[in-house]
Amino acid sequence: MNFYIKYLIIAVGLFAFSGFFALFGVYAERKVSAFIQDRLGPTETGKFGLLQTIADVIKLLIKESIIPAAADKLLFMLAPAIIFIAVYMGFAAIPWAPGIAPSNLNLGLYYIFAILSVETLGILMAGWGSNNKYSILGAMRSAAQIISYEIPAGFAIIAVIMIAQTMNLQTISAQQGILSSEKASFLGIWDVSHQGGILAWNIFRAPHLIIAFVIYFIASLAESNRAPFDIPEAESELVAGFHTEFTGMRFAFVFLAEYSMMFLVSMVAVILFLGAWNTPLPNIGSVHLADWTTGAAWGIFWTVLKVLALVGVQMWIRWTLPRLRVDQLMNLCWKVLTPLAFACMLVSGIWRLWVM
Amino acid sequence: MFNKVAHGFKTAWKGLALTIRHLFASNAKRKITPVSNDNYFKNLEGTNTIQYPKQHLPVPEVGRYQLEVEIDDCIVCDLCAKICPVDCIDIESIKATEAFGQTSDGSPKRIYAAKFDIDMAKCMYCGLCTIVCPTECIIMTNQYDRTVFELKDLTYEFSDMTPEDAAEKRMLLDKQIAERQAAKLAAMNKKEGEA
Repeated sequence: MNFYIKYLIIAVGLFAFSGFFALFGVYAERKVSAFIQDRLGPTETGKFGLLQTIADVIKLLIKESIIPAAADKLLFMLAPAIIFIAVYMGFAAIPWAPGIAPSNLNLGLYYIFAILSVETLGILMAGWGSNNKYSILGAMRSAAQIISYEIPAGFAIIAVIMIAQTMNLQTISAQQGILSSEKASFLGIWDVSHQGGILAWNIFRAPHLIIAFVIYFIASLAESNRAPFDIPEAESELVAGFHTEFTGMRFAFVFLAEYSMMFLVSMVAVILFLGAWNTPLPNIGSVHLADWTTGAAWGIFWTVLKVLALVGVQMWIRWTLPRLRVDQLMNLCWKVLTPLAFACMLVSGIWRLWVM
Repeated sequence: MFNKVAHGFKTAWKGLALTIRHLFASNAKRKITPVSNDNYFKNLEGTNTIQYPKQHLPVPEVGRYQLEVEIDDCIVCDLCAKICPVDCIDIESIKATEAFGQTSDGSPKRIYAAKFDIDMAKCMYCGLCTIVCPTECIIMTNQYDRTVFELKDLTYEFSDMTPEDAAEKRMLLDKQIAERQAAKLAAMNKKEGEA
């Protein structure tokens, strides 16, 4: 019984967190975009407009949920739930701090990638169920884009797995810091098992993973349908893409899924490349910065800090770069990112065999 | 391929550097200066938003916004209604039996305005009425913020005559016309009798 209560509390906690993050993610996004464009953003609701998104949610809650007459009702109603649940389930395997993970799966990384792919299904259901030309166009683009970008993202991840030799996210996290049970070496030459900090992060343990990180980051932008890869939503051509016909709470769920997805892909990037919950501060001589800043609370702090930094970069990119055309998008994926990711995988093998 | 990748990163970075500069630039609120200010178009520091109900962009006193009629100065010549391209001015005039007053510039007033309505919903703000007005009693003001809940509230009524007043003046005019008609008839009859 206790088992179920514990998991229920964790599930509710994660849901509350993703809701909270979506609320303030939207607020942050609006403020960031406003300042980038020399505007003010929300200022009226609450101090500095802090309550603006809460007001928006209340508005969405009391709005009528309209189902278009021509829609496929079952698909249309299920789609937002599937889109959100796919992303939400991904949080199940993510470690937050040493010893703190909702579920310590030995195939965690594989599971996350499998469950995130289900989102495509939800988007296709939304597009098809809406019975609307913009929705179906957006959904088709989204499916094509997500499936294409899973290939470079997947290979970038395989490059990490080959270095880490495990798919357990908690083990991958532990390897990148002072709690590691195996030897960690900076750039493959300098043993930093006891220094830890930023030196033991995956991108510095094996420097070619910096390229893998950039590849994964670009691909993750595409997978979460963020600008400059937002052609599935392309406001100027497709109204709002696959969620054109959604109103009220269903629309809110699509939005919630988008922001949770941003957080989740950034979190995966942090765990695989940027040292997960490990501190960036190394031990220097008798100053044991890394020892002092490692622990459960510190772990959550560092994870959230790093993830928010990456989310910030995602927002920064969104409000800077213009949207790619479909052909440019596929060009980038198949002709640039995929070969580079293959090269990274190859280097990973060599690195594992002869350097580490 | 590597050149292209490098070029892609270079151009993307150029854009990103530009936006991050704006992100961390001063986000001071905009200072409101009139257009006549020399620095108006150079004023690029801080944010650009005018927070409207709290901040107003100053407009010249003779801005071309709402119409206003000083009815005491109006001689009811109907020129404004005639020139109006969209026919938004509706004047109903009653001739007075005699000159009953003077406008502030000394023109005698001989006609009462029983109705002087301007439908601002129709007005196109061309300002022609203010140009033709001989006594300069119809002017445009700097008031531009006018919202109403009923469309009829956009019809501004400038006439200060009550319907009773108007009826009385109408009666007097009818009486005068009747008297003149009678006098004319009498004169004609007399002329015919002489002949």
